[in-house]
Formats: sequence, C-alpha cells, structure tokens
Amino acid sequence: MQELTSQLVQKPSRVIVQDRKTKYTGRNIRWEGVFKRSLVITALSVLVLVVGIFITLVVQSIPSIKALGIGYLTGKTWDPVSDIYGAWPFLLGTLLTSFLALIISIPFSFAIAVYLGEYRPTGWLSGFLKNVVELIAAVPSVIYGFWALVTLVPLVRKLESAIGVAPYGVGIFSASIVLAIMIIPYAASLGRELIQMVPSSLKEGAYSLGGTQYEVIRDVVMPYTKSGMFAGVLLSLGRALGETMAVTMVIGNTSLIPDSIFSPGNTMASVIANEFTEADRAVYLSALIELGLVLFLVTVVINMIGKSIIKRFTHE
Amino acid sequence: MESTIISSSNFNAYFGTNHVVKNVNIEIPKNSVIAVMGPSGCGKTTFLRCINRMHELTPGATSDGKMMLHDDDVYEMHPIFVRLKIGMVFQRPNPFPNLSIYDNVIAGYKLNGLRLSKSEKDRIVEQSLTRSALWNEVKDSLHKKGTFLSGGQQQRLCIARAIAMEPEVLLLDEPTSALDPISTASIEELLYELKSTYTLVIVTHNMQQAARVSNKTAFFYLGELVEYNVTKELFTNPKDSRTQNYITGRFS
Repeated sequence: MQELTSQLVQKPSRVIVQDRKTKYTGRNIRWEGVFKRSLVITALSVLVLVVGIFITLVVQSIPSIKALGIGYLTGKTWDPVSDIYGAWPFLLGTLLTSFLALIISIPFSFAIAVYLGEYRPTGWLSGFLKNVVELIAAVPSVIYGFWALVTLVPLVRKLESAIGVAPYGVGIFSASIVLAIMIIPYAASLGRELIQMVPSSLKEGAYSLGGTQYEVIRDVVMPYTKSGMFAGVLLSLGRALGETMAVTMVIGNTSLIPDSIFSPGNTMASVIANEFTEADRAVYLSALIELGLVLFLVTVVINMIGKSIIKRFTHE
Repeated sequence: MESTIISSSNFNAYFGTNHVVKNVNIEIPKNSVIAVMGPSGCGKTTFLRCINRMHELTPGATSDGKMMLHDDDVYEMHPIFVRLKIGMVFQRPNPFPNLSIYDNVIAGYKLNGLRLSKSEKDRIVEQSLTRSALWNEVKDSLHKKGTFLSGGQQQRLCIARAIAMEPEVLLLDEPTSALDPISTASIEELLYELKSTYTLVIVTHNMQQAARVSNKTAFFYLGELVEYNVTKELFTNPKDSRTQNYITGRFS
C-alpha cells in the first residue's frame, strides 16, 4: 500500500521533469539555429561592407575615368583650376614616403623585437619599453604631425642647409621620418611575439653546440621567424601607405614631382584630405575619389604580394 | 687506475631559491658510460645541465661549487669552450627544421663560423653519421630536411650533430624517453659503441636502461647523490636503503 502511494506521488514529478527536459531541449535547439545564423550574418556583413566600399569608389570614379582615361595615372600635372588631373606625383610621393619610412623603421623594429624577445623578455626596463612601443601606435597621428612641425622640420631644415639642398624643412624626408616612427610598433610587436615563439629546444640545441647568443639569433631565431617578420614589415607598409594626417602636416603639399627625397611633395591620402572640401566640380571630386580607388588597389596588391611571399617562405 | 675526466665537489644548483642539486661530489672516469637515475624532480637533469653550463641559460638559475673538466674549472672557462668540449643530446630530438640532414650534422661548425672545405665537410658528415649508425639509412637523402626522419633517426642525427664537434664528453638527457622500443634499442646499442671514443653521461628514469648501458650508475634522490657505484654492484647490492627502495620499485 505504501509502495503504491509513493509510486503515485513520484510518477507525476517524473513526468514533469521529462516535460521540462523536452521543453528546454527544444528551446536549446532553436537557440542554436538563431545563434548560428546571427553569427554568420554579422560576420558576413563585414564582407558586404568592404565590397560596398569598393563599389562606391568605382562608381564615383567613373566620371573621372571616362574623362581622363589611363592618362590619369601617368599624368605629371595636377592642376584642378585648368581641369588637368594627373596622379603620378602623388602615386610617387606615396610610394617614396612609405618605402623610405619602412627602411628607416626596420632597424628600430628589429632591435626592439630582438631585445624584448630574446635578450630581456622580462624585467622592468623591458616591460616599460614594451608599453612605450605599444603606446606609439595608440597616439593620434595629428600629435605626431604637430611634433614633427615644431621639432623635426626645423632640424631637417638645418640638415638641409648643412648639406646644401634647398632648406624647405617640410617634404618627403620629414614625412618619412614621422611615418617611420609611427609604424615601428607593428613590426616590433609581431617580431617580439614570433621570437618568443621559437621553441627553446632548438635554441638549446644550438647553445649546446657552442653557439653564442648572436649566433643562435642569426642561425636559429631568424630562419625560424623570417616569414612572420616579413609579414610584420608588410603590415607596417600598409599602415604607412594610408597614413594621412601626420603626413599632410609635414610633406609640403605641392603637386610637383619630387626630384629628391628632400623636396616637398604629396601623397594620395594627403591630397584627398586636403582638397576634398574644395572640390567644386564633378570631375574634380571624381578625380579625388579615383585617387582613393588607386590607394585602395595599391594596398590590396601589396597585401597580396606579401601573402604570396609568406606562402612561399612557409612552403620551403 | 682509470683516469677521471669530470669531477664535481660540493656542487649545488638552484632555481631562484629552490635548491635542486645538493652538495654533489662525483668523479666520472674516462671512456665509460655513466647512468644518472632517480625519480622525477630529483635534480638529475639539472645536474647534467650544470656540467656543460646549460643550466645558467634558464633565467634565475644559479650554481656553486667546483666542476672540473680534467684540471680546469668549467665555471672559470668561457661557456662556449665548455660546450664545445662537452656535447649534449636532449630529451626530444631537436634537429634544426630549416636545415638538411647534411647541414644539421655540420651545424656546429657553421654556427661557430668555422670554415671547412667541401671535402672536410663531406668527411665529417660521413664519419659522424657512420658513428651514430645513421649513415646507411640516410646516405642517399643527405640533402633532405632532417625533420622528415623518424623520431629515432632524428635522435641519432642529433647525436651525429653533437659528435661532429668531437667533444670529449657527451651528455644525454633521457635521449630515448620520446622514442619507441626499437629506436630505443638502436640508440642503446649506439651508446655502447660510442664509449670507446667518448665519455657518456646519460640521464634516465628507466632502471633497465641504466642497467643495460652503463658502467657506473649514480642514484639521485631529492637533489642528493645518494649512491654512486659500479652498475652491477649498485643494482645487486645497494648500500643505501633509498637506493634499495627505488630499484625494488617501492617509489618511482
């Protein structure tokens, strides 16, 4: 009798639990679908955005492409007043400042990466250095531009008069130095992380054969990290190509083709920022947008070249 | 009377404040195989790494006491010279992944900037690989990457790399612990062969291995050198109760 009662009492509660289980499981399965779908949609929206930007650039550039054709890229004169639009000075200015900045910054990034990654991974000095290097990337570019205008440009002017070239102060060289400082953290941080990822077993193997620290860095650490290091340099290059504010403040903003690294010049990004508000005619505006399209394509191409080189490195 | 090649007296090693090797006195005779055994964490690997000054590469690692190679104090020599005279083979095979088998063997020369003629290189590569019993297996693929080899072959390549520098002593840190039984057997055979030219110090936590390959065995426990004797003697007639407990499997 007692057993029967207890069964009667228990049975409904078990049914309730079963019911709840079904209910919750059903809800979980539905939520799974919703979560997955919203995840995919959100992620893909970035793709749509990038494609949209590209399409906008192309569409808005069409008037200029129609009016100017391929001569736009090779044209050596940019004179909006006479409706002449040649982008070559800015294309050259962009590539010149970016590569010069890269060359200046590489020794610094490399030194920081090796020092922090290999010589002194811990300690207060390295912690401080690491934070400061990361801070370089966080400082707004207008501040670099301002510093360069006040401090760097007068120094470059002195240098220029000392070596006997026209002492503008502003120009490709000043812009490259500012850019170089701004892009140091990209290659340095990536390089440091890569160096710390080198398996200690390999380094110990080299030390056990009588290698010095320099020899271990040269023969073990560098070969192991070279493709990643290259990726870091490309990342820096991508940043340098697009940097606008700091460059525009010190490059001199002329539409003339630079005849040396000390001449004033201009970059694509800087021209767009400077002249966008003045573009009063449809072709002028469109020509500026086409400049944006070229900049977009140059960055994409450089990225693709970089990726293919990294692929080749890793396949070796 | 056998001549001593390495001897330590009152040798201590530390990681920070952690005292891992305590007051070790040991004499290692020339052209013999010495097994260093003991349970995990007994300081046997640390002691081995102190012999060629690899220990000090770990941040915070220090040591004191005397470690003599013949009549010279290892800790008064430049560590680079020490490591050229005392080679090392590690627990996991670590051939350089970016180098071919050939280049791995002569990696020590390249690393130290010692220039060799092509014929010298060829001779060293063939001799080292022959001594490490790998020549017949790889002579047709010398210019392939060393990482394509099996684990056992990689370890023999690492031995070839170490003996290519013609060290006097070869330290082996559990060289077979990452290998299968067949590779282990071939490495053990190799150790027996190498004894005629080098002095070998092998760390192992495998007692059978110690018994099989060594002339003398040192038993470490909690950082102390508990017992050091001719292998047969140590295994059949241990003097210390801790040694006895270890070899009878009462702790491991």
